Amino acid sequence: MSKKNVLIIGASSGIAEAVARRYAEQGSNFVLVARSQAKLDVIAADLIARGAKGVQTRLWEGHDTASLPEIAGFAWSALGTVDLALIAHGTLPDQPRAQRDLAYALEQFRTNGESAVACMLALAGHFEAQGNGVLAVIGSVAGDRGRGSNYVYGAAKAAVDALASGLRAQLFKKGVHVLTIKPGFVATPMTAELDLPAALTATPDRVAADIQRAVDARCNVLYTPWFWTWIMRIIRFLPTAIFKRLSL
Amino acid sequence: MPTLGSWGRYPHHPQTPHSVGWPFEIGNAFSRIQGAGVASTLGYGCGRSYGDSCLAQSDHVIALAGMDRVIAADWQTGVVTVQAGVTLDGLIRIALPNGWFLPVTPGTKFVTLGGAVANDVHGKNHHVMGTFGRHVRRIVLHRSDKGVCDCSPAENEELFNATVGGLGLTGIILAVELQLRAVRSSDIEQTCIKFGDLDEFFALSSQQDSKYEYTVSWVDCLAGGKSAGRGHYIGGNHSAAGELKVADGHAKRMPVDPPFSLVNTLTLKAFNALYYQRQVRKVVETRVSYDPFFYPLDKLLLWNRMYGKAGFQQYQCVIPPESGRDAVAAILRETSINGAGSFLAVLKQCADIKSPGLLSFPKAGVSLALDFAQRDALNTRLFARLDALVHEAGGRLYPAKDAHMSAHHFQSAYPAWARLESLRDPLLMSRFWRRVTS
Repeated sequence: MSKKNVLIIGASSGIAEAVARRYAEQGSNFVLVARSQAKLDVIAADLIARGAKGVQTRLWEGHDTASLPEIAGFAWSALGTVDLALIAHGTLPDQPRAQRDLAYALEQFRTNGESAVACMLALAGHFEAQGNGVLAVIGSVAGDRGRGSNYVYGAAKAAVDALASGLRAQLFKKGVHVLTIKPGFVATPMTAELDLPAALTATPDRVAADIQRAVDARCNVLYTPWFWTWIMRIIRFLPTAIFKRLSL
Repeated sequence: MPTLGSWGRYPHHPQTPHSVGWPFEIGNAFSRIQGAGVASTLGYGCGRSYGDSCLAQSDHVIALAGMDRVIAADWQTGVVTVQAGVTLDGLIRIALPNGWFLPVTPGTKFVTLGGAVANDVHGKNHHVMGTFGRHVRRIVLHRSDKGVCDCSPAENEELFNATVGGLGLTGIILAVELQLRAVRSSDIEQTCIKFGDLDEFFALSSQQDSKYEYTVSWVDCLAGGKSAGRGHYIGGNHSAAGELKVADGHAKRMPVDPPFSLVNTLTLKAFNALYYQRQVRKVVETRVSYDPFFYPLDKLLLWNRMYGKAGFQQYQCVIPPESGRDAVAAILRETSINGAGSFLAVLKQCADIKSPGLLSFPKAGVSLALDFAQRDALNTRLFARLDALVHEAGGRLYPAKDAHMSAHHFQSAYPAWARLESLRDPLLMSRFWRRVTS
């Protein structure tokens, strides 16, 4: 593992920060994109202290898809080549509210689905021209099958999954790799108020270590931690007649 | 909602966490907590305090482990400024490859910097380096009544002194500026010397302590009669040269709560006897990595689970030199009469090195730490007798490990408590503080 040029969109998310620390230790260069300059400044200083060679930051609101081409251009001109782009922004919708409030539901769908899809599309052309590198996107195990308890989030992540799958097939021929990351329960600020089952909940660093390995190994789809591969295999293959009766 | 607790799991008061990942969110957290009609709160890091000093009186804590970023690091001078949620482990991982180590470390690396300051922790090098607080250059606090305050020996000195060892009551600690200690290697040159009884320990300690930066002794507290107080004296120094290698992260995790305590008279006798006999020769010299040397118990994550759901209490006291030998002998005798053997009994000579902290625990004399599985009569019988011995000998107990001491014993052992009370953040109140001050 050597130093890399890394672009992270949604750089203040718990998983993104943990991934960035690991690359910082190897002396990597960063362009970090998030919506709070105060957070970006703190993260940039942290990465420099951990060994990052350089960190540049850009403000961006998740809904502002129009500015994505310009942000992609900024990243490539700042870094020269982008070895790894990680798309990591997202929210965890309040599902009961999403069921009552259509505007809220669609806004959540845009943040977690449309906006991540837009990021991939905006970066794809640059990667294609570059002819190498890894485009990684954080999906979710929730995208594998819509569940009664969080189908708005699940549907958005399913859109990310499908787009990444298609993009993988297309960019593979150009020498670019697309990695879909599907974390299970992770103890991050996003999930801090949830009562997650301790035995199934991973630390962001554990997930980051898996991501780093998957990037190096050119994995297509990463379930992290590993046991989610098996849990989701079971969930995907449950007959609908049974699945719809479960309170998952 | 998940709940949090203390390391000893006694007393059992589940804490509701209000997570804060960024320093500028503390003010909102204060308002949210007050808005919800909760009268007090307390900062919470890794929950490695044993008793109730990390439990809020209201059972609503502000969880700060997510504030774990480095703010600045100067690898020429070894001065780092970090957010208070950085753990000692996290700091070692960043500093050691650059040739720096913690100036003082307790026996676990899974505490936060904020917690290390709030408890003014000490380690095996107290006789050389004093407490953790002596190496802290600046603390950034967020108080509910005054907002963000910088304090250091030069600025807001009184608040600085109250915050070092202040049990997290003077404000939420946001950041800590620390002077690290230069090292040439991640290894320790260790010497282990067997001793047959307490007198031999005190003799060894007075001859050997000056040779080593780190010293600590383990005592077989179940051995009675002639071999009462037998044990191992361990001394160590940083190696003069070698690799600067961070320990790999593999640790075993205590997977479940056993239905009953695995620590009982039978297992203790076997463990203690085996541990004492592990070394046949009188003196053994080895070179070991810093990790097993400083943090042997961290290898078994969540080892507190060995004691079952009822938990355990640690009894840690420090006794002045003039009464040290007799008081320690009496405490060990009382413990073995009660059949309440301790899994780990640790002796350490502390020096007369003053800490800036008002309520700092260590002082010149001998410190003894004992662990006991929790049971009903522990506080009323055994601890009541030990407390009387410690009080009479002019010693005191360690608040970070305490779940039982009386207000009377606390206030006479820590006369500066009233000054801390006058500097306390009005919104912050722990179960410990309420117990020992009311």
